[in-house]
Amino acid sequence: MSLILDIAWTHVKARVRQTGFAVAGVATGVGFSIMMAALMQGSQDDFTVRLINALPHITVIDERRTPPPQPAETLYASAEIHGLTPEARRRGIKNPLASMAALEAWLPGGVAPSVKVQAIIRYANHDVATSVIGIDPRREGKVSDLPKQMRGATLNALYRATNAIVLGDRLAAKIGARIGANITLQTSDGTRIGAQVVGLFHAGVSQVDESTAYVLAKTGQILAKQTGLINELRVRLNDPMNSRAVAARIEADTGYKSVSWQEAHEDLISSFIIRNVIMYAVVGAILLVASFGTYNIISTITHEKARDIAIMKSLGLSEFTVRSIFVIEALMIGLAGALTGFILGYLLCLALGQIEFKNPFLDSNRLPLAYEYLHYLLAGSVALVSSVTAGYQPARKAARMHPVEIIRGAT
Amino acid sequence: MSAVVAQPLIEARNVTRILPGIVPTTLVQDVDLSIGSNEFVAITGPSGSGKSSLLYLLGLLDLPTTGEVLIRGRATAHMDEEERARTRLSQLGFVFQFHFLLPEFTVLDNVLLPMRALGALSQDGMRARGHELLGSLGLGDHMHKLPDQLSGGQRQRVAVARALANEPPLILADEPTGSLDSKSSGQVFALLRELVDKYGKTVVAVTHDMALAERMDRHVELLDGRIVKDEPHRVPA
Repeated sequence: MSLILDIAWTHVKARVRQTGFAVAGVATGVGFSIMMAALMQGSQDDFTVRLINALPHITVIDERRTPPPQPAETLYASAEIHGLTPEARRRGIKNPLASMAALEAWLPGGVAPSVKVQAIIRYANHDVATSVIGIDPRREGKVSDLPKQMRGATLNALYRATNAIVLGDRLAAKIGARIGANITLQTSDGTRIGAQVVGLFHAGVSQVDESTAYVLAKTGQILAKQTGLINELRVRLNDPMNSRAVAARIEADTGYKSVSWQEAHEDLISSFIIRNVIMYAVVGAILLVASFGTYNIISTITHEKARDIAIMKSLGLSEFTVRSIFVIEALMIGLAGALTGFILGYLLCLALGQIEFKNPFLDSNRLPLAYEYLHYLLAGSVALVSSVTAGYQPARKAARMHPVEIIRGAT
Repeated sequence: MSAVVAQPLIEARNVTRILPGIVPTTLVQDVDLSIGSNEFVAITGPSGSGKSSLLYLLGLLDLPTTGEVLIRGRATAHMDEEERARTRLSQLGFVFQFHFLLPEFTVLDNVLLPMRALGALSQDGMRARGHELLGSLGLGDHMHKLPDQLSGGQRQRVAVARALANEPPLILADEPTGSLDSKSSGQVFALLRELVDKYGKTVVAVTHDMALAERMDRHVELLDGRIVKDEPHRVPA
């Protein structure tokens, strides 16, 4: 093995400039791949974290995914009933306190009840459709970051006034309301109440900050015209990534539709997959182009070293040994390129992290970057594999050279 | 036509080599040749007579179209590339017209190359043998030089040292003095003679130089790929 390494190293170091260009090609590919992966992964992680923090991990709502089976369907296997008009029933989750207690007994996280009502906020000639969520401020901290997201007041301010309301900061800006402003809430069935803005919140996700308001659960029940109504149980888990499985279990236990954050944002998660496919395709293309440099240098070396190859074969070095020499040379270029690329990629990430900009949708003013070993491992592995693949063809050709033809040519 | 040799070291049995092509070219035709231990054989003939082709066939660098080559009575036709390479490494040593040393390696490294490929000796053993070989060929002071820093005769002596590295019984030389001046040529010939007389090797050398061929023990002459003369000049010791 040391003989193969010695010859390979001698060939590579004898062509510093050519080898340097090939290494630079691989390094550029690896460096930019790492930077792209860090950027894509960072933005995805950042968005996911904001999404997870802004919304409950699981929302149990007073709906059922499938209508309850009819008695005939239960009795006869051949019976199948479609198109029934649903029974008018009282809204809300039945016996919410008992349901919450049952969930809290096994759930790895917290549960809070809420009343969600769609209403129009009226203030200073502005009418804005809003999701008004009636909450229990003492329990809200268990299921969301709302207490931390409050601006200008704490969540307990909801107790300070009759029909107090907390608005998303973008919503408040949209209607021009400040803390202390008296606004009007009106629902589609004509219920209309006055409310006083006692605080603002900033979730960091524009969709939430522009169209959400919080009131006490009692106020929500007044808006919904149903005393004691709880139409949502909101759940926050210790491990948000486990939401799908927990939601499925809640649904099986309670019969109510339980929507995990992943299900609620399936379109976004699908777009992440597409983004990742695009990213890996681009990274693959960059490294493929870099591997052309490796192919070029190995082809050049094998061409220049045709006579040496003939000599080595005439001395008794096998095809495998000769092939290995040039594959190892490609591997050396790939390895040097990958290591240099790691440094380049890290420096590019540091440089990108310094850039400040204004994002209209998020309040972060820096590019979110993920520093993960996996990106380095992946880019390095692809660089090594593509370098060896690029070097294999000329190496194979070199190993198959007929020594007699070359010796005759040389003499 | 071939001389009778007891216990042949290498044999060509009815060997023919035809280069395929639109017009196939016959390089060697129906050659029977048997060479024993401790022989010094000259292969001569005009250009294109098939001298070098026969040498490459004997050295397993090329494969006969028909017939077979045997080394120490062992047929080589069935050998795969790896086995032929291994046989070349352990049984044969090549010396070409041009030294064909690896230019980026020192003299010592060039000599160590076949030993490292064979892997029969330890590191220290290889280095000791390399030093011994180069010292005995008068190259002890040039071990760490690159081939470009040596004269033509010195390079060819390094090539001989490399051919002897794994102590093969048979040295195949293709015009070993062809690119040398008369002085160096004489030194290299003396060296080849010494290999036979002192070290008991068999040397088969292709040459144009008839005077040189006459000084060898046996003279094989080729014409149009066929052996037209095979006669000893002296009985091997």
